[in-house]
Amino acid sequence: MEVMRSQKKASSALTSSNGVSTLNLYRSAPTLEVRLEDFERFAVDRLLVLRGISDGLARGKKPDEMEKLVADLLKAHMRHPQASEVNNKDIISHFVLRLVYCRSEELRKWFLSMESTLFRYRFRSVNSDVHLSLMTELGIPYKVVSQKEFEDLRDQLNLVARSANQPLPTPNGLYKVSFEEVPELVATRKVFIQKGYAYVALNQVVSFVVPHFRSHLSKALVLTNRKWTSMIREQEKDRLTPIVEALATSYLGPDYSQDKEVGEISLKDIDQVARTSFPLCMQHLFNTLRDDHHLKHGGRMQFGLFLKGVGLKLDDALAFWKAEFSQKVGAERFDKEYAYSIRHNYGKEGKRTDYTPYSCQKIILSTPGVGDHHGCPYRHFSEENLRAALGKMGVSSRALEDVIEKARNRHYQLACTLTFEALHASSCDAGINHPNQYFSDSQKILKEKNMSTD
Amino acid sequence: MTKEEAGNGRDDMLIDDPEPQDKELEAFPERIKLYYGRWLFPHADMSKWMAYGNDGKHPACDQSYFGRREYSFTLENDIYMRFQSYKTALELEKAIKDHCPFKIDIGPVYSVDPAKRHAYSQSGDNIFTPVEKELVFDIDISDYNDVRYCCSGADVCLDCWPLMTIAIKVIDTALRDDFGFNHILWVYSGRRGVHCWVCDTKARRLNNEQRSAVAEYFRVYKGNSNSKSKVSLVGSALHPFLVRSYNVLSDYFERKILCSQQLLSDERYESILDMISDESVASELRGKWQGNRRSNANDINIVRWEQLKHLCGRKKTPGLRRCVEEIVFSYTYPRIDMEVSKHMNHLLKSPFCVHPKTGRVCVPINPNLCDEFDPTNVPTLSKLLREINTGGLQAEGEKVWDRTSMGKPIRYFKDSFLQPLLKSCKEEMEASYNAKVQQSKNSLGW
Repeated sequence: MEVMRSQKKASSALTSSNGVSTLNLYRSAPTLEVRLEDFERFAVDRLLVLRGISDGLARGKKPDEMEKLVADLLKAHMRHPQASEVNNKDIISHFVLRLVYCRSEELRKWFLSMESTLFRYRFRSVNSDVHLSLMTELGIPYKVVSQKEFEDLRDQLNLVARSANQPLPTPNGLYKVSFEEVPELVATRKVFIQKGYAYVALNQVVSFVVPHFRSHLSKALVLTNRKWTSMIREQEKDRLTPIVEALATSYLGPDYSQDKEVGEISLKDIDQVARTSFPLCMQHLFNTLRDDHHLKHGGRMQFGLFLKGVGLKLDDALAFWKAEFSQKVGAERFDKEYAYSIRHNYGKEGKRTDYTPYSCQKIILSTPGVGDHHGCPYRHFSEENLRAALGKMGVSSRALEDVIEKARNRHYQLACTLTFEALHASSCDAGINHPNQYFSDSQKILKEKNMSTD
Repeated sequence: MTKEEAGNGRDDMLIDDPEPQDKELEAFPERIKLYYGRWLFPHADMSKWMAYGNDGKHPACDQSYFGRREYSFTLENDIYMRFQSYKTALELEKAIKDHCPFKIDIGPVYSVDPAKRHAYSQSGDNIFTPVEKELVFDIDISDYNDVRYCCSGADVCLDCWPLMTIAIKVIDTALRDDFGFNHILWVYSGRRGVHCWVCDTKARRLNNEQRSAVAEYFRVYKGNSNSKSKVSLVGSALHPFLVRSYNVLSDYFERKILCSQQLLSDERYESILDMISDESVASELRGKWQGNRRSNANDINIVRWEQLKHLCGRKKTPGLRRCVEEIVFSYTYPRIDMEVSKHMNHLLKSPFCVHPKTGRVCVPINPNLCDEFDPTNVPTLSKLLREINTGGLQAEGEKVWDRTSMGKPIRYFKDSFLQPLLKSCKEEMEASYNAKVQQSKNSLGW
């Protein structure tokens, strides 16, 4: 992919009169000339949009709220002083971020998900002519339903619309597609199906255009990755590569743009503070949750109350757990089966006790079973696993031996204290008695360090 | 249907089961060996099916197709052999005769020979994936246990079998009329249910998401012992598929199930009243029915059902009329094992297997004549072997089955399923070949 040199605009570009670009399929890489500073600036602007979407999804916003959010985000970040350049900015920023996010499975997955969401909401906001031209461009075979056929099927079509609580169909907004193209609509019986064809109303078109967009982008990202590793990274090592690599970490790394209130953490900080200030037991639960998108009850209690203790508010806690669990059990089941216990922990359900986070003693004495991840790693991990976990945390090999020695002699809290000291290069005379104490001591030290270096 | 008729149904059943099951189980290993070895199992026709026309001489035939299909054998003592594959019909036949499996399962066609999957797994690119499988459905009578009172567990009788007949009718019609499939095989599962194989090329190539979509399209039942109503019919109207299905359901409900299961008898009417959303209607009916045992000429279930329909229809609330539909759906609508249908790599028992617990052969069921199908009267191993031995049919040969009670099911399989299927396979093959030839001609022009 040649980013910096040359030619025509992507064919599907559609620019609306208000100067906000509407809808691109990004089928081919742009061949525009891009100034180096635009390359980076456009990408950062788009990144702000995608991160806003990610945040909205994590908070469980409803479709109409998301539609508004996406429109606001686009207005805030994707405008350009010259109306003619809006579309170019959209295309350029998309392709730059492809480079940034093609480079690992995890990055690709995130980018794919956010770009598809962005596309979905933009698609909803454009008119039907655009829909049809996009269907043609995506190569989705569809037939227009003739007036006669519409009359013949009118009763059936009306029944479907009423059964799905949708507006009654009109003769000029109806298309026939192979039922395989619209699995989502078939599964929910939102379409009339006859002889293998689904009769799709225009407002349902989005449900099959988005999967096409997504699968195309998914394949393109894999190809981009191949080109990146085989050519571009080396060719551009003095110019684009540093920008691309920095863009990726600027997202993943800490964000100190806002002053943090004392005793509060918010969702976007959680990855960063987990790495620096969570004790091993909580890091383990956090990582397990991120990997498995699930924790059993003991783990949810131990980790959930800890998060409450470090200042995660109820709304954020719900969003945080939902973002993970819904990937495994679906949002609906999360709302039904798990949300209650989180509100319960915050004293909002049941007997309304405000539960306190577990102390080390309680955690050490717990008895995790098969599939459980809670408990105290210094006690419940095998020695190999403990070594590996400590190594991953960044404990030096000399300190690691001391920690293992303490754990072996069943001084679990001392082992944790030694880990804390090794990681923070600072003593902890009081010893670690509570995971939340570990956290607050750690934050205190890190803040002092920051101040002295600033 | 009168009470008298319902009683008759039960008598039939007693007469129909001359073979006590224990006797069937004797010497199963020896008998199944004879079944596979003496031309009762239709080896050649099964292989014809599995080849889908790729065993011919046409240049468009995919010679590797047959060999990429997974079979699994369950041997005596539950020894399970997965990922078996055979290059030719003869190899498959030989393996079946050698192993004499108690059960043969058919899996998907993979991208590469499943027997060599380990060699490919080394490369790490996930080359070994399923690429084709019939769209299948598995319906099991034991999933209806909360709405049938005649049998429990794996038992099935002529009183509850109509539930399977309904399932065949509802799903078969939808597969043909809604989804446009043509090559559909229904098979008795050998004990307590039915299997359905949809074999159109389009069906075999559905991905998992599309399979799920079809299965979900059929799903109405939300099994949940905590809710009174076990189906959820939402929206201000029923989807046309449900409207059409309801005609079948209510017919069977009123003609058969209502009386054969005694759904509105004194002990059972409460669970139906529970499903009526309007408490005043429910208690009015309860008042009418309590202590009322007048010996009317009509069946009490029918009388009460008419009263219920009348009362629910009288009030203008549409939700109440929906209650009648929900009751009928709850007691009759097909309950599909969703997981079997949703995944391409799910295995399903092969037609013409013999169920080791009943000795019954898994014979095809003609959906057009499914009312006549009687699970207690299908060919059994002992009956077939008796037929061979007494009929003086010692001569071996392809046509032995024709002179036994396997004749009818195998003829149906060949004439009504296999032949039309192979004909379309051939046509598709030629069409795609011609298209390819045309394409290459065009590109030569450049």
